[in-house]
Amino acid sequence: MTDALPDGVERRRFDGAERLATRGEPVYGEPTDREWRAWNPDRSKLGAMLELGMDVGLAGGDEETVLYLGAASGTTVSHVADFAGPTYAVEFAARPTRDLLSAAESRPRLFPLLADARKPETYAHVVEADVDAVVQDVATRGQARVALENRRFLADDGRLLLAVKARSEDVTRDPEDVFADVREELAEGYEILEQERLEPHHADHLGIVARPLEG
Amino acid sequence: MTTTDPANAGWFSEADPDDPESAAEAVRDGSADEPRDWPALAVEAGFADDEDEYYDALKEATTAATRAAVTEREAADDRQLVHAVRAMDDCERTANELAERLAEWGGTVDPDVGTGIDYARELAARDGNGADLPGDGGDRIRSLAERVADLADEAEDLREFVERQTPTVAPNLAALAGPVLAARLISLAGGLEELAKKPSGTVQVLGAEDALFAHLRGHAPSPKHGVIYVHDAVRGTRPEDRGSAARAVAGKLSIAARVDHYSGERKPELDAELEERIETIRARADGDDAATGGEGDD
Ligand SMILES: C[S@@+](CC[C@H](N)C(=O)[O-])C[C@H]1O[C@@H](n2cnc3c(N)ncnc32)[C@H](O)[C@@H]1O
Repeated sequence: MTDALPDGVERRRFDGAERLATRGEPVYGEPTDREWRAWNPDRSKLGAMLELGMDVGLAGGDEETVLYLGAASGTTVSHVADFAGPTYAVEFAARPTRDLLSAAESRPRLFPLLADARKPETYAHVVEADVDAVVQDVATRGQARVALENRRFLADDGRLLLAVKARSEDVTRDPEDVFADVREELAEGYEILEQERLEPHHADHLGIVARPLEG
Repeated sequence: MTTTDPANAGWFSEADPDDPESAAEAVRDGSADEPRDWPALAVEAGFADDEDEYYDALKEATTAATRAAVTEREAADDRQLVHAVRAMDDCERTANELAERLAEWGGTVDPDVGTGIDYARELAARDGNGADLPGDGGDRIRSLAERVADLADEAEDLREFVERQTPTVAPNLAALAGPVLAARLISLAGGLEELAKKPSGTVQVLGAEDALFAHLRGHAPSPKHGVIYVHDAVRGTRPEDRGSAARAVAGKLSIAARVDHYSGERKPELDAELEERIETIRARADGDDAATGGEGDD
């Protein structure tokens, strides 16, 4: 548990309630207060991880580099680009990527990429090496495999911030069994530092903070 | 450190800093096994004066590349599907019509005449130059049989294409409706976006336009379902509950089409919700069996 937030992320009051917020153009109809906009943890797994006090190891600032996998229409990655430096957003479905393009318009260091996160060689000529964080929210089968495939982008002291959706692996199995399998597979390339269920913000999701193993 | 292997070079090595199009192309078409410190390498290679300038160029290139790729994919994917499913239906219908004609004609000379596509295939596969079909028409009959068999093969290949393609265009709709029915609904609506914008009552009767117009002119009951009739949940429900089943199926398929169009994310919970609705509707039959009677639907 930690109360520390990355630079550029603050708890601020919106309509009387304290909420996470970043500075940037609004993207999904979230409440704003001058240049600040609320970060809704119910619509963002990374937001939920911060809200739950997980130590995600993000410092914030222009020097911090992030690879974001499963950017969808840009809800979360827009907040990331608000507080971090160069942010690479990978999404493979065409339709949400259209909205991602709009969210990226006002953010000069948010780079949208239409690509499949299972094929890192299709974007390794664009995404730089040694990023400080890989944030992954792909909600598709084989989530551990995607994380392992993308370890090559991560700095030795970087962090994997992974949201695992149990139902994407197998709707019929007990989520805890799914999570156990994911953790086991992940251990091929990562050491898990912290993990927490993302309830009440996201049902049957596990948030994981991990660092890459050497070699 | 310079790189000479173009297969493992950064996007900028193929890009002309003054030609945004070449840069976008390099982003889209390039690849590398491993990432490297591209910003530093680009400055070193003289592509940009400093990292800020590099990132500005990267922003422009990734935006242009992604915009072009999205436009292309959107246009390509559901248009392709619409044409493919229409071609599949045309091939099937034509093959069946010709097979009927063939059987009629074949019956005049062939003591072993069969029916339908099977007969066409069997005839096309017979050995010996149509020698076993008497009369001047023998060769023509056999040749026609070959065309019919080819057409039936084409229909099957198209069906496979549709089955493969639909889940990438509309993953939720394909899962709920089955890929072929999903493609047919997209085709009847004129595209995924058009389908996503239709109210579920319209989705329910897509493909039943003739019946619907007859109803509107006042000489027919309103149709309860269009092509969704072939969905197991409709067809497999007893007639008096089919209206409810069709409504439930259309409702869920509309939601699936919207999710596919607006987010593209697969939501397996939709499958379970539809199953539950149908179970509830079918449970009425059990209740009625016990109590006898029961009100019909609509
Ligand atoms: C739960 S949504 C992400 C929501 C987003 N992270 C946010 O909080 O704003 C999952 C996304 O991952 C995308 N996705 C699934 N598999 C993928 C893959 N192999 N490569 C890239 N994106 C993928 C889906 O298209 C979908 O948009």
